[in-house]
Amino acid sequence: MLGLEKKDFRLLLIVVALTMLAPFILNPFPEGSDMAQFNAGYPDLMQRFVIFGILAIGFNILFGLTGYLSFGHAAFLGVGSYAAVWMFKLLSMNVVPAILLSVIIAGVFALIIGYVSLRRSGIYFSILTLAFAQMSYALAYSVLTPLTGGETGLQPKPGDPRILDGALAPGETATPGFFGLFDMRDSLELSVGGWVFTFNVGYYFAAVIMIIAFYISIRIFRSPFGMMLRAIKSNQTRMSYTGLNARPYTLAAFVISGMYAGLAGGLLVSMDPQAGAERMFWTASGEIVLMTILGGAGTLIGPVLGAGFIKYFENIVSKINKTTLEGWFYWMPDGIEDVVITIIYPFVGKGWHLTLGLLFMLVVIFLPGGLVEGGQRIAAALKRKKPDDAKSSATEPAE
Amino acid sequence: MTKSNFSRRGVLKTGAIASAGLALPTYLRADGHSGFTNAPGDSQVILGFNVPQTGPYADEGADELRAYELAVEHLNGGGDGGMLGTFSSKVLDGTGILGREVKYVTGDTQTKSDAARASARSMIEKDGAIMITGGSSSGVAVAVQALCQEAGIIFMAGLTHSNDTTGKDKRANGFRHFFNSYMSGAALAPVLAANYGTDRKAYHLTADYNWGYTTEEAVKSSTEALGWETVNAVKTPLTQTDFSSYIAPVLNSGADVLVLNHYGGNMVNSLTNAVQFGLREAQANGQNFEIVVPLYSRLMAKGAGANVKGIFGSTNWHWSLQDEGSKAFVRSFGTKYGFPPSQAAHTTYVQTLLYADAVTRANSFNPCAVAEALEDFEFDGLGNGKTLYRGDDHQCFKDVLVVKGKENPENEFDLLEIVEVTPVDQVTYAPDHPQFAGGDLGTCNPGA
Amino acid sequence: MDQIILQILNGLDKGSAYALIALGLTLIFGTLGVVNFAHGALFMMGAFVSVTVSKLLTLSHKVVDETRTDFLGNPLQVDVPYVYDWFGQGAGDAIIDWAVPISIIFAIPIMVTIGFIMERGLIKHFYKRPHADQILVTFGLAIVLQEVIKYFYGANPIPTPAPSAFTGSFDFGVAFGFDPNAIIYPYWRLVYFFFSVIVIGAVFAFLQFTTFGMVVRAGMADRETVGMLGINIDKRFTVMFGIAAAVAGLAGVMYVPINPPNYHMGMDFLVLSFVVVVVGGMGSLPGAVAAGFLLGILESFASMSAVINILPGINQIIIYLVAIIILLTRPRGLMGRKGVMEE
Repeated sequence: MLGLEKKDFRLLLIVVALTMLAPFILNPFPEGSDMAQFNAGYPDLMQRFVIFGILAIGFNILFGLTGYLSFGHAAFLGVGSYAAVWMFKLLSMNVVPAILLSVIIAGVFALIIGYVSLRRSGIYFSILTLAFAQMSYALAYSVLTPLTGGETGLQPKPGDPRILDGALAPGETATPGFFGLFDMRDSLELSVGGWVFTFNVGYYFAAVIMIIAFYISIRIFRSPFGMMLRAIKSNQTRMSYTGLNARPYTLAAFVISGMYAGLAGGLLVSMDPQAGAERMFWTASGEIVLMTILGGAGTLIGPVLGAGFIKYFENIVSKINKTTLEGWFYWMPDGIEDVVITIIYPFVGKGWHLTLGLLFMLVVIFLPGGLVEGGQRIAAALKRKKPDDAKSSATEPAE
Repeated sequence: MTKSNFSRRGVLKTGAIASAGLALPTYLRADGHSGFTNAPGDSQVILGFNVPQTGPYADEGADELRAYELAVEHLNGGGDGGMLGTFSSKVLDGTGILGREVKYVTGDTQTKSDAARASARSMIEKDGAIMITGGSSSGVAVAVQALCQEAGIIFMAGLTHSNDTTGKDKRANGFRHFFNSYMSGAALAPVLAANYGTDRKAYHLTADYNWGYTTEEAVKSSTEALGWETVNAVKTPLTQTDFSSYIAPVLNSGADVLVLNHYGGNMVNSLTNAVQFGLREAQANGQNFEIVVPLYSRLMAKGAGANVKGIFGSTNWHWSLQDEGSKAFVRSFGTKYGFPPSQAAHTTYVQTLLYADAVTRANSFNPCAVAEALEDFEFDGLGNGKTLYRGDDHQCFKDVLVVKGKENPENEFDLLEIVEVTPVDQVTYAPDHPQFAGGDLGTCNPGA
Repeated sequence: MDQIILQILNGLDKGSAYALIALGLTLIFGTLGVVNFAHGALFMMGAFVSVTVSKLLTLSHKVVDETRTDFLGNPLQVDVPYVYDWFGQGAGDAIIDWAVPISIIFAIPIMVTIGFIMERGLIKHFYKRPHADQILVTFGLAIVLQEVIKYFYGANPIPTPAPSAFTGSFDFGVAFGFDPNAIIYPYWRLVYFFFSVIVIGAVFAFLQFTTFGMVVRAGMADRETVGMLGINIDKRFTVMFGIAAAVAGLAGVMYVPINPPNYHMGMDFLVLSFVVVVVGGMGSLPGAVAAGFLLGILESFASMSAVINILPGINQIIIYLVAIIILLTRPRGLMGRKGVMEE
């Protein structure tokens, strides 16, 4: 189907189902219940899940296949964001040209950086990409302020030219949209019982793009080109003995994954039109690396899971404060409640970094293949259980 | 213990039976009848406190959060009422805001504009916050202010000192109580001239980003107007930790004053380095060499330790002020937490009160009504004397404190002493002042 | 001329911090082959050993002073350090004053122990795992260590001054016939420079002149052969990890008076130290030290206003720019060995 093997097609279908039903899946708890704190089905976070998913999918094409660890991928995200915001400012609030430009600019940027950095391999390559990204960050934050907005970031303003759009009515704010048909922030809400589900235009726009990006990545993984990239990872020397030059292949992979990052950057500002220099800082690049490894480098779905995992912690666990905890445990006797809250408190709210750090360690120690391996183990455990069930159900009729 | 209920738009939805889709072309669905984003229900109203909880400003953020919790307590009629008793406007009576109990949600800005916006959006979209406040840097303030403008939410800025927040990046839905770079320069210059003379040559070290630029410009123009000369101005990277290579050449540059346009960790390190190099004891041009830190924060002064002694700077507020408002605030904060509040805590507490007051006077949560109530509002009794919330740029105009690192601190909080309370007239500027040019307030956006 | 000498001095001092951190990192990274993202955290832990020691020395009991009041108007409780009670005020003050140098005595065993625990408990299991896994686990560890420190000490920097005997600065210029104040240098920074030279020298001597060091060097070059000779190289690598932790820790202890430490100072140095190690060349100790000093000096030159005026922003990027140039002209950094971390 669609040129995919059965197994891959099934995976694609699962991803499609998950992303399309995300507003339901991510909002398992009814409004107003104590557990509603853990709901992630609001537009901003859902958008972030799929956008950072795209970023991680792209990174995985480079790292998962070729083994080249780029430590400067956030630079492409940042460049893509700036390109898209400039498009908003100068041309139109339509997201399509903005995203196209961000992909192109990020691709060009990746071509230049990749051409230089890929002259080295291993750690030397990582440090070269890191150096380029850090230079981009430092300059964007300071000297290039007129171009990037520096500390305060770049955002569309009422006075921008926007030559394709009409002038704004007084009091109107310019918001990113899709050919004037949809506003990225339009939402449809559905309340069923105690639940409220939000269907956001921006989310579905990003989700469709992510599915396409995911599909392309499967095709790359399964193509002869993907085989070639894997060969580079397993043994570059042997590959060169067979008369093949690895450089063009790795460079292509680098540019493709840079374009994915640019796409993510363009989408990010389409959902929330503001680009800050911090998104190019080395910690941001590090985050992409962590997402990919955490989920399972080299697997198709892993990086998306890793991205979701980190973003969930950043946005949900950091918002749990003492009052929230008191709300959860109010039913306990006072003394015990205090003890429980004292134990939990350092791990939530301002301590969310601590929890994340501990989880990084636990995952990598116990699940060497990342979250995907966790899923596989659960699946395997279920499979092992199934025959038992079958057996027991087989014996049942006798009774 | 009360059971809190941090759901989206609170109790609105609870108990509703399958009511089908409610589509509205807005950022968030507003109530069909209210005409603005996140209109609160009848029993409670949710405020969003967006402060740095991780990263270098985490302690400042923690102090802001303490002040917010205190303000909520006072608004709901708990505690000793703090500055509610001294506030010149008397409409707040401890029954929440417009009879609704005040609830809050918190988030982590990480002092990154992206993270701050993500956090603010989750408050607006998920929790149904009607107002967002907080932050400890101008980058974050400008980013979140723009977001609130688009979403139709009022933004009450926390600690943000750059001219841009109410200058070129001002927004109709954003309000700033904190002072700014221009005011620091205008307040400091006369005191510096009085103490160090008018024949001085200054050397600026400036943090290489927007806030640094506006502060350098403000201090430069104010001091030059009084006869000082600027020998050199060098930009230093934000990520710099060791300033030795910037400080070492200063003494031999012909300058006799060093101005450190740095904040936070940069300021702690550059000041420590400057004192290490012996600048405080040095002589230049036949005068004592001096160091100036335009924006002081007590929390950061603590980080620099004994190095702040005798060094001038400006601050928005200090706990040792003796007016009734400040005393009441220090009393209730100190009693609750055991130490005096910082200026960040003060400005966030005041902002919360001002918002609640404006809503009550406007008798509406509609952002446009609230903005109208805040614009050109004059008040007193909140610790800075008579204050005006100017309608032209949504900036508060009030007295500015010029402070000096205390020589003999009596306790660990007693780090700064107030040298002069610069009257408001001296720090007032025209809305179209060149240092604030290029912005457009626009008109208020109620969302829906 | 005086400006150039001044910036060389500055660079040597900055470089000595870089070199010390990079030295420890390259022992683990360039030789054991473990990408240790927790190395910056070790530096930070060293700094907080210093903070803790000075906190312990000033551990106090409260004495109520009726004549003074605190900020709420209650009678002031004055803190009286226990060391006053034990040694008298004069000696007590002297001990508190020398807290940072005293910390060195505690820092060495503490940091070595931390290094042992880290290696035996965690890193040992990751020698054969992919570098990616090493990055994830050590980054997680770095975050945890950092957050633990933040939990106890807060996020603000904590001033921890040098002994008063070392305050002030030394006027080099006068000694060499320049104007007064042309070349001044703080005493503590000179101490730091000499301290780092001694530590670096000691590590090199240890590896060069002891049998233990010889075995370790052999193990770095060819682990398998050494193992086949019946030498337990693993145990020695544990010791090396301890030494690396101690070197990072000492760098942190002594750095405290230069800049007040905070919980994320390790992250500030982490990326830089990786750059230094790689520019120096993987697997080369002298390379790491040389790269540390080189980058320190170049960074100092780039911060001169004469240079910034010609090339605005050069001070922002100089380290990375130099790293790129060196890695492009010399494939394995300054002195890298072939085949180390090149895959």
